[in-house]
Amino acid sequence: MEIFQDETISAIATAAAPAGIGVIRLSGEHAFDVADSIFRSSTRRKIERSRKILHGHILDSDGKVIDEVILLTMPAPNSYTREDVVEIQSHGGITVLRRIMQRTFDAGSRPAQRGEFTKRAFLNGRLDLSQAQAVMDIVQAKTETSLERAQQNLEGKMSRRIRNIQAELLELLANLEALIDFPDEDVDALPLNEIRTKILESKSEIEKILETARDGKILREGVKVALIGKPNVGKSSLLNLLLREDRAIVTDIPGTTRDSIEEIVNLDGIPLVIIDTAGIRTPADEVEQIGIERAKKSIDQAELILALFDGSKPLTHEDEEILDLIQNRDAIKILNKKDLPQVVDLPDSIQMSIKFGEGEEFLKKSILQKILGNSNREENPGFLRDAREENIMRQAQSELESAIQTIDRGLDADFVSINLRSAWEILGEFLGENVSEKVIDLIFEKFCVGK
Amino acid sequence: MFTAGEYDVIVIGAGHAGVEAALAAARMGCSTLLTTLSLENLAMMPCNPSVGGPAKSHLVREIDALGGQMALTADESCIQFRMLNTSKGPAVHSLRAQADKKIYQRNMKRVCENTENLDLKQLLIEKIVMNDSGVEGVITETQEFFRARKIIIASGTYLRGRVIIGETIFDSGPNGQRPAMKLSDCLKDLGLKILRFKTGTPARVDSRSLDFSKMEIQPGDPILRSFSFMNSDSRLVEIENQSPCYLTYTNERTHEIIRKNIHRAPMANGIIEGIGPRYCPSIESKILRFPDKSRHQLFLEPEGLGTTEFYVQGMSTSLPMDVQIDFLHTIAGLENARIMRAGYAIEYDCFDPLQLKPTLEFKNFAGLFSAGQSNGTSGYEEAAAQGLMAGINAALQIHKKDPLILKRSDAYIGVLIDDLVTKGTNEPYRMMTSRAEYRLILRQDNADLRLTPLGRKIGLVSNDRWEKFCAKRDQIDEITKILDEKILTPSKETNSILKSLELDEIHATLPLSELLRRPDVTYEKIRSAFELPEIDDEIRTQIETQFFYSGYIEKQIEQVAKMERLEDKLIPENLDYNDVSNLRDEAREKLISIQPRSIGQATRISGVSPADISVLLIYLESHK
Repeated sequence: MEIFQDETISAIATAAAPAGIGVIRLSGEHAFDVADSIFRSSTRRKIERSRKILHGHILDSDGKVIDEVILLTMPAPNSYTREDVVEIQSHGGITVLRRIMQRTFDAGSRPAQRGEFTKRAFLNGRLDLSQAQAVMDIVQAKTETSLERAQQNLEGKMSRRIRNIQAELLELLANLEALIDFPDEDVDALPLNEIRTKILESKSEIEKILETARDGKILREGVKVALIGKPNVGKSSLLNLLLREDRAIVTDIPGTTRDSIEEIVNLDGIPLVIIDTAGIRTPADEVEQIGIERAKKSIDQAELILALFDGSKPLTHEDEEILDLIQNRDAIKILNKKDLPQVVDLPDSIQMSIKFGEGEEFLKKSILQKILGNSNREENPGFLRDAREENIMRQAQSELESAIQTIDRGLDADFVSINLRSAWEILGEFLGENVSEKVIDLIFEKFCVGK
Repeated sequence: MFTAGEYDVIVIGAGHAGVEAALAAARMGCSTLLTTLSLENLAMMPCNPSVGGPAKSHLVREIDALGGQMALTADESCIQFRMLNTSKGPAVHSLRAQADKKIYQRNMKRVCENTENLDLKQLLIEKIVMNDSGVEGVITETQEFFRARKIIIASGTYLRGRVIIGETIFDSGPNGQRPAMKLSDCLKDLGLKILRFKTGTPARVDSRSLDFSKMEIQPGDPILRSFSFMNSDSRLVEIENQSPCYLTYTNERTHEIIRKNIHRAPMANGIIEGIGPRYCPSIESKILRFPDKSRHQLFLEPEGLGTTEFYVQGMSTSLPMDVQIDFLHTIAGLENARIMRAGYAIEYDCFDPLQLKPTLEFKNFAGLFSAGQSNGTSGYEEAAAQGLMAGINAALQIHKKDPLILKRSDAYIGVLIDDLVTKGTNEPYRMMTSRAEYRLILRQDNADLRLTPLGRKIGLVSNDRWEKFCAKRDQIDEITKILDEKILTPSKETNSILKSLELDEIHATLPLSELLRRPDVTYEKIRSAFELPEIDDEIRTQIETQFFYSGYIEKQIEQVAKMERLEDKLIPENLDYNDVSNLRDEAREKLISIQPRSIGQATRISGVSPADISVLLIYLESHK
């Protein structure tokens, strides 16, 4: 719970972009313990409570090395938050950073709220209010992006679903509590086995919601898309077509950075990260030297492939090779130049004339279908936005799991109700509503972690 | 007018709140005056003849642990004891006892009359005199002035009491008592916010006219338990010696009569303005609200040993007499029932408890306290708990000591008072176990362990009690130590012992206490095989609960520890919320009116958002 300052928090403190180094910051009473339980120093010594720079490895739960890291230990009060702080510097990319972060959660810390490090720094007397305000202003200025607007609609759906689960749990609680508080009256309460069934229903709804974490990740970080095809097939034109309208609003997708080799296309609020645009933008009159090799590399990194073919000319050997490469991958085949006489018949392909913008809408729909298709948005609407939300849902899930175990162990109704109450409160935290238990963060809510 | 006396503490009203308040103040060395409209009616039970039940027995045991009186008097005045909820978890086990109302009153009066520093007087207080620095004293209807340093109002349902029986309405306290008509005007003039609440009580019937053979008998438990720690050695009694209760049910005919006459019910025709409690609905509102329910349970309780009066629980009503008689006669066993006292509804003035500090002193009136139904609660136990706390805090003020404020994690009493002064109430407030978020650690079986040391510190716990308490505490510690230190290795020898006890083998080294976490293991079961000392039931309950439920208990203790930090962040009493910019208007108003003592309390105020709390935290931080 955000209000409790004695909990240890962790988060990735550097921008989620390709960079030479990434930092995970831990702060709080147990920061040293958490770090110690996932870190093996090269000297094999335990972490001491002193200001040190240590070299070693972060280990997975099975003892395998995740990454080689540098650890900075900063005991309170000589740290940014004036609490015990450990910073883990990793050379790995974002995936590695995430795995390390997950390990810190497993070891007892919880995801930091946005701005929580700064809030702690303030409440522990490290920053004055004007400094804090300044940081906040910078952060808040950025928030109103099209992406956030797109998310709000979906969030509304998620809030409703969580409210429904809460309502269901509340009803079960009422059933249990009525029997406890009015033992001598004939209360028509649900028997325990029916309560068990209903708990399972809520639990499976939470599991469904957890599946949407993937969508949240997509919305947050985008989908890596490879644009491949032989020279002159229209890759560059397609890129320009996709980029055209959204150029003005694609600049601020949290956690992604455009650099020389990536372009970001905003498709209905979902960022498509087009890989290796440098390759695509190679002027047509230059000989494309890297060819297939380059395509292979893009395909390896991509989550979705857009493969272009020229419908007006017979398929070449190169085209055949590309078709081989995209077999069993999430790919959309585009048959370009439909404005010219067609000689190719390619099953499951989309016919387009990129030059005249024909087939663009259909392509967009197909892309969305590919990205979100499996998650069945109609039946599973809304999504979880970040690690914090996912963590909340996991906690609620585990409380419901305990409730079931409590029933199965034959423990008394009171204990079932304790589990259900916790689950309800955890969900309340998601909605930021349960004021009776939680104090919370204000304006600081909007702070970026680790500023 | 003349000055008739001078006291440290004057308590207005000698019901369950007033009695505890006066006893606590007097026992803590304050010269105390306990006033009542009628000395015949001290500690009267105008409603049901029972003490305890879920959450209420928790309160009674907490009162006892702090050095209050209710448990001791109930133990010697009750004629049947039952432990409820025994199959629903140790935290909600609840003792309920049927009281002999008259014996209870007589015993309580005897205790008061034998308490040093305590005067009892039959008086009607009409006015509370205040000056700029606080309370000055009270003026009676006979124009006597009593000077007081602290005043505790425990006026129950007497303030502008109005009784309604069908179309008959008259000014009255409960049970035909005199009402106090003038005092609430005086309090209103002082500027107190007054609420108007309603409650009701069912008819009493003559047991000679009842056919118990048509009802279900409900006897007491074979083992007589007690509320007070001082009487905790359980004794076997003959069930026959306990007065039983009886169950019967309403039926369609009953409901039909009520439905046909519903227009004559005061709650339906608008005669009653007061707000009644949801958990104690009249039979007419039960029938209106649950039309599908074909029967409602009634519970017949004896009012005492020396009377034929029986209380018909579940039948609270304010319908006119002819209707009451008609529908009673449709019920199995009550076909010929003769009503001895009519059921009635009563409306009364009480204070909005949001005006109180957690000490139960009014925020704007130094030295003026209020406890019990006058704070919008319902129930003898709730009243007694508040009376005790008001008495303690008035006395602590006299002695210039820090107040005693129980946290929500300390006691049900803490939950009760925190709810009242933080959330207020819009119906008579009744304690329920579901109001206590930490109820697993607030068990009635550990009330003594939780609170006796606090009672000792403020001087309410006698030497005998303290010695008995220390012995129990030490024994629990000793047994816990033995169990933790005795290590079992997975040897053949150990496992053969386990096998002989029909328990699963162990495969790793573990302390003996670990075994007690298993659902099929009890202390008795492993006692002789592992050469453990013999212990009595009380200790065994503590040991088994502590280990068997340790996972749950530890989790709750963790939650408490987290919350504690917020509770410990105190807000200065003179904080000017108008100076805190960025608070939303609603939050500012609420904070000004409630003046929470701590950030923890502020978080529980409805209408104060997390953002407001953060604003407040930042303000406090930057104005340190």
